[in-house]
Amino acid sequence: MSILIDRNTRLVVQGMTGREGTFHTEQMQAFGTNVVAGVSPGKGGTSHLGVPVFNTVAEAVDEVGANTAAVFVPPPFAADAIMEAADAGVGLVVAITEGIPVLDMVRATSFIHATVAEPRLIGGNCPGLVSPPERAKVGIIPNHIAKPGHIGIVSRSGTLTYEILAGIAGAGLGVSTCVGIGGDPVLGLTFKDVLGLFASDRETEAVVMLGEIGGSGGGAAAAMIGTGYPKPVFGFIGGRTAPPGKRMGHAGAIISGNTGTPQGKVEALTKAGVPVADTIEQLVDLVKGLAAA
Amino acid sequence: MKLLEYQAKEQFSVAGIPVKEGRVARSVKQVVDAANLLGPIAVKAQVPIGGRGKAGGIKLATTPEEAKAAAEAILGMDIKGFTVHEVWCEQAADVEREIYLGVTLDRDSRRLVLILSAAGGMDIEEVAETAPDKIVKFHPDPWRGAQGYELRAVCFKAGLGDLVGKLVPIMTRLYNLAVSSDALTCEINPLAVLAGGDVIALDGKLEVDENAEFRHRDLEKYRSDEEGSGDTLEIEAKKRGLTYVHLDGDVGILGNGAGLVMNTLDLVKAAGGRPANFLDIGGGAKAEVVKNSLDMILMDPNVKSIFINIFGGITRGDEVARGIIAARDELKIKVPLVVRMTGTAEEEGRKLLSDAGITPGVSAPEAAAKAVELAAGGVPA
Repeated sequence: MSILIDRNTRLVVQGMTGREGTFHTEQMQAFGTNVVAGVSPGKGGTSHLGVPVFNTVAEAVDEVGANTAAVFVPPPFAADAIMEAADAGVGLVVAITEGIPVLDMVRATSFIHATVAEPRLIGGNCPGLVSPPERAKVGIIPNHIAKPGHIGIVSRSGTLTYEILAGIAGAGLGVSTCVGIGGDPVLGLTFKDVLGLFASDRETEAVVMLGEIGGSGGGAAAAMIGTGYPKPVFGFIGGRTAPPGKRMGHAGAIISGNTGTPQGKVEALTKAGVPVADTIEQLVDLVKGLAAA
Repeated sequence: MKLLEYQAKEQFSVAGIPVKEGRVARSVKQVVDAANLLGPIAVKAQVPIGGRGKAGGIKLATTPEEAKAAAEAILGMDIKGFTVHEVWCEQAADVEREIYLGVTLDRDSRRLVLILSAAGGMDIEEVAETAPDKIVKFHPDPWRGAQGYELRAVCFKAGLGDLVGKLVPIMTRLYNLAVSSDALTCEINPLAVLAGGDVIALDGKLEVDENAEFRHRDLEKYRSDEEGSGDTLEIEAKKRGLTYVHLDGDVGILGNGAGLVMNTLDLVKAAGGRPANFLDIGGGAKAEVVKNSLDMILMDPNVKSIFINIFGGITRGDEVARGIIAARDELKIKVPLVVRMTGTAEEEGRKLLSDAGITPGVSAPEAAAKAVELAAGGVPA
């Protein structure tokens, strides 16, 4: 078991024939993901990487039963691609694209909530997700650091997530599912949503929550854990020494006013009973300690 | 992109939001000319940062002589690292009441939020904290837009029912301007009620989403080199297209991915050192970007060592290694480099580095400690 993706995932890759789309589709195939279609408007009827290419997502759903979509299309067209996938009835949309206009995401998330009964969008600007026990990956997380196990990971970061995955693998442990929810100001699934899914997943024994400075999204998750969460949760906040008012790389990561301070985030998590590690090494030790107990 | 007050007001004016008449001036003479033309004026420093008034960047001038004195005081002054090159000379207004009106992104609700408050002229975050009941928030449906009846309700709730006829058109136009210009913040504070009953925007803020700039070429004319930063190194980085933040330490930092680089800063601090900068080369960076980045880091004279932290995903280790070696050889880098490299193409990358005489490490905390030691003048272990 795992959350969101598994052996039954039938993936359509939007923007598959592009440079990034091609490279990462190959990587996903190598990991074991069942890629059933690509979508590139105007290239319908051809095939790429041994997979049929369609003009629309609706065709990919009708003809080869796609149930999950990965979005690799350039930023100006990404929100449209997200809406197309949701409207075609794809149950999970994973938007990898970095640099999508914020108001496009405002419209796209609103559209999805109005169109789909159970809206499931991950990202944008995210590394995607991987479920090693199910040999399923949607996104760009490097294959070699994703080992099967029983830790669930939910993270705002990209490369920092890889650091944790490598640390967990290095300790001889593995993950059930690792979800990168993305670093943009407007996102699909939140920490709280993903924690909710991990709560009822039998494969997941503990959850690691990787936050970053900026925004207030972790607050709702902390509140949820505080009122009783069935599994141990461990936390880590990156950027704890970042000076306020300086935007660190992407739009999500800035301490402005009183929102998004690491102290506030650590405090909220600690109050909810979540041990917050100071370093990645410490975080891996916490997880290892649990596995040994 | 953050627009200056007069630039925001140009946009307001086009959108039909009333503003006072004014002139941009870049010299004392131009300010005096404006005073002769407009009568009593407010001379306002144009810098992309708040707190101008407190810093002495806004002065009232009732005569051309006073305008001359104000111009001499304000032009060239420094406000939080920004030199004042331009002032906005605006017809003085007889203000009776000050209102706050703003549109900004609410991440948690995934929508724009329109905020109205009778407590204008003050810092709205402060009002939100001390008197939250004085603030009315409304989240328009992104597809349907803000309807008149919804905005009227907001006015009545804010205790501004007497002004509903004047406010609703301004609220509609400000919200529509925010949407059409991809604004993350679009704010009028204060929105002033004048003695004659007119309602006008006395100040203006407009920050456009950088991700959406491709569809706002018309705003490109407002871009200035100093925009968003008063730091000369950060201005240079922007010209080079690098994601660089100048900090005050002596360990230069380069990494791939914002989260990883933030964590790298934390590691250096934990090792007792002080980072000199934040620099994220992003995903899939080529050797040329790495070289350009190292050159950028070295422009900071305080840098005593450089810690390069790479976890390859889309980014390839060999590509980064080539950039490091080229930079060292071509830029004749004297400060010690500490490289931690893992992930995609790590073997190839490490071999290239070793062959070039740079010892790559695997553990990030150990590499951080080494970089800190080298910055302090220690001998590497």
